[in-house]
Order: sequence, then structure tokens, then C-alpha cells
Amino acid sequence: MTTTLPTDSSARLPGLIRRLTGDEKHAPSAHSTVDVLQVLYDRVLRVTPDTADDPERNRFLLSKGHGPAAYYAVLAAHGFIPDAWLDDLAGTESRLGHHPDRLLVPGVEIGSGSLGHGLGLAVGTALGLRAQGLLNPRVYVLLGDAELDEGSNHEAIAYAGATSLDSLTAVVVDNSSASHGWAGGIASRFTVNGWTADTVDGRNHEALYAALTGGRPRHPHLVVARIESKG
Amino acid sequence: MRTAFIDTTTALLDEDPRTALVLADISASQFASAGHRHPDRVLNVGIREQLMIGVAGGLALTGLRPIAHSYATFLVDRAYEQIKLDLDHQGVGAVLVSIGASYDGSAEGRTHQSPGDVALFDSLGDGWTVRVPGHPDEVAPLLRNAATSDDPVYLRLSEQRNAEAYPDATGLRVLRRGLTNAPLVVAVGPMLDPTLAATEGMDVTVAYTHTPRPLDTPGLRALANTDVVLVEPYLAGTSSALVSRALADVPHRLLALGVGQTDLRRYGDPADHARWHGLDADGLRRSISAFLGSVGG
Repeated sequence: MTTTLPTDSSARLPGLIRRLTGDEKHAPSAHSTVDVLQVLYDRVLRVTPDTADDPERNRFLLSKGHGPAAYYAVLAAHGFIPDAWLDDLAGTESRLGHHPDRLLVPGVEIGSGSLGHGLGLAVGTALGLRAQGLLNPRVYVLLGDAELDEGSNHEAIAYAGATSLDSLTAVVVDNSSASHGWAGGIASRFTVNGWTADTVDGRNHEALYAALTGGRPRHPHLVVARIESKG
Repeated sequence: MRTAFIDTTTALLDEDPRTALVLADISASQFASAGHRHPDRVLNVGIREQLMIGVAGGLALTGLRPIAHSYATFLVDRAYEQIKLDLDHQGVGAVLVSIGASYDGSAEGRTHQSPGDVALFDSLGDGWTVRVPGHPDEVAPLLRNAATSDDPVYLRLSEQRNAEAYPDATGLRVLRRGLTNAPLVVAVGPMLDPTLAATEGMDVTVAYTHTPRPLDTPGLRALANTDVVLVEPYLAGTSSALVSRALADVPHRLLALGVGQTDLRRYGDPADHARWHGLDADGLRRSISAFLGSVGG
């Protein structure tokens, strides 16, 4: 495990992702979540391999567990897992599957895959931290725009807004993949329930950073990271 | 039993800062004063059972001990995938406390009944402890025991009850002993009294438990002879596989009595449903007599 951790993983991520996918052609940008994850782990989240069990750490919950190559690459770039793990994705002895398992992968806060579970777990995590007087850690949860089809999300959106759960930041990576779209926009689903929201270019790191560190007291915060449509 | 649950949970919230209660409107008014004292640990998410279990999972991930509560059909049936993924798959536990067991909600109809709840926990593997108290006085010690651990525990409360409490019946507790090689009748939770009445005068051993999971298999093996009868207050046959496994190397016959599979589409009161499912004393006596009197009995 590396001892000096990067705060800019740009140089390492393409190579790490290739180790997972074996794909020489596609740029990292083929991965919808890579920019959000890079900005979060490089610049926003207060968590390192040494503090992965610290109650005061920031939590990042990957709800959209599909296609976790970028996630695993970012975890490797930041020293949570050895690079060598990336070479055997979903192999018989691998700890890395096509959906991440928190009991197998250091630094992974939740096992995910079935859509619509991360936001509820994030709400519970934020409530649990607050109940224990841990008022500094933020809870970030990443979803996809199509994932919002699952009704369970809307239970969590309404409740988090109604109870002013301001330690929670949801990030929706929007590649316009929801079958029936979200007429009126994704942000309105949240803001009508009392969330603050920023909709930004999901490939623009400065815009992502500003949005991910935004929010107001007494409101949960939403970042919609818009990227190119799923091809 | 519901009152015992409310009183004990209220006390636990006062005593143990690790406990947290998650509600989906059901019983919320009864916890209003506890909520005033512990606003961060008494959480009513509204009529959102998926979120209730998701929140319980998140609370457990931060080290708290969540207690989640509703009618069995909403707590277990509706939120089954949340129980599977937000608790089990995350490797965390909770205390799930249901009311409305099987046909307690007879007048409400099928939408408020969940005879298959324990079978659903069986489908999740062997991690869950399932407690089915037969008397209100069994509730407090079972709930307090559950609150001290981090394990997954399902506490199934009913309006049906036995005349006497047996708080120490985690294993099979013999309440009537037959002669040598007498058939064994296992009664779970509130099925004890009708079972005792049904087997009055029969040469059988009657054993009681309020903890069907994990099933007391050493006790079962010690008490069982050729004929075994299960009397369960949930879906008939729920424990058949466990009994068969426990007695795999022993020649035996098994009669599994419980709630039938069919939606009766009838209202009435719980005593009517007990009769229709053959779980009143007369029905049980008929079934058990026929079984014991049949070939091999």
C-alpha cells in the first residue's frame, strides 16, 4: 500500500482503469462517474486508508453500483486497495466484483448493485452520526438518473428534505439514461422537497468541486452532474 | 404484547444511548414522549417502510442499535429486499418488531396479514434470531436481550397469548411429558395453550419455545421419537425443513400444523381464523389424533 497518497489522481487513473477493463481504446471519460469520484476523493472527502474506520471520517456511499471500474481505480489511486487487485475483476479469488461489497473492499461504505438502496442508507447514516454528536462528517451518496426510477429514492428524498438533513449531499450523475426521462429536470424532484441543488457540467472539475462543497444549513444538498448521453 | 414492547423500548431509549427507534407512522403516537426526550433517536419516517429499513441499516453502520417496528406485512413483506440488502448484505443487524401476526388483523383482510413472515427470514439464511413470544411477560426480556447485541433479531408480537409466561423458553421447554417413546408435539409462541388443550389426555410430550430460530435442534433430537408434530402460529410447514435436517439420520414422521397457504377472503375475528385453519384446540386435536392414529403411529 502506498504511503504517499495523491491529491491529484489524474495521472494514474487511466492506467488503473485499463487494468480493470483491459480496454485500450476507451478513455476514462467513457466511465460516467469517473470525474465526480476523482474530485470527491482528490479534493472533497476527508477520508484516507488510515481513517477508513474513524467515526469522524466523511462517508461516500456508491448507490449506483453498476460499472464500478472508476470507483475501484480511484480507491486504488488513493491507497485503499492494492493496484494488483484491479487485474482480476470478478475472478474466483477476486475481492472486486461487478458490484462492490463493503465486506470485501476496504474503504467501501456500502455494498450496492440493486438500485435504490444507497440514498436510504445514506439518510440513516447521516441520522446515526447526528444522534452520536458527530456533527462534522458529511455523507455523500452517488446515484444515476435512471436509478431515480426506483420509488425507494423518493421516500428518502421527501424525508431528508422534510427533516432538514443538512449533512447529506446526493450526487446524481445524469447521462439521460432514464427510460422515460425526468420532465422538468432532476433537481426539481429534490428542491420541491426542500433540498438545495446545483446542476453542473459533470466533466468540469472546478464546477463539480464548487457544487460538491456547496449547500446551506438546514437543507440537504443535491448535485446533478450532467454528462453526455449514454451512447 | 404491543404495550410491553412500547414500555420496554421507551425504557431502553432512556437507558442506552446506543438504541434508536425507527417508525413508519405505526405506533408513533405511543412514542411521542420518548421522541421529545430523544429527538435524534426516535425517528418516524412517515409511511415509508423501505426507507424505515434503509435508515435502520444506516444507523447500524454508524454503530447504533436500531429497532424498527410496524405491522408484519409492511415491516417484512413490503421491505423484504431492504432487509436482505440494507441489513444482511451490509453485515449489520437490527431488531425488527412486528405486530399483526398472521391473522391478528382478521377483520382488516389479507392486506394486513403476513403468515409468511418467518418463512421470509428463513429465505435469508440462518443469521436471524426469530422470537415469537407467547405471553406479554416474555416480551421485555426478549427485547432487552436483543438490544444488547448487534445481531439481526425478529420479534414477532401477537394479540394471541397463552395463560402463562415462560420467559426462559429459548430452547424447547417440556411442559407435559409423555411415557417412553411418546410422540413429541412442539408448540411455538401463542400456539401453546391450544396445543395443551388439544392434547389433553393423549400420551404425548409437549414442548414449548418462543425462539424458533435458531431452532433448538439438540433439544429436538433429545426429545423426539418417531412421531413429531409442529404447531406454529405462522405458515404451516415453515419449520419442516429444519426438523427434517435435525432428524435426518433418525427414522421419523412429521406433521406440520400452522396457517394455511390460501387467502381465505373472509373477515371475522382471530378465533374464527384459528378455527378455519384448524389451529383451535378442536382442530388441532383432530389433526394430531388422525396423524398419531394413522399407519406407523
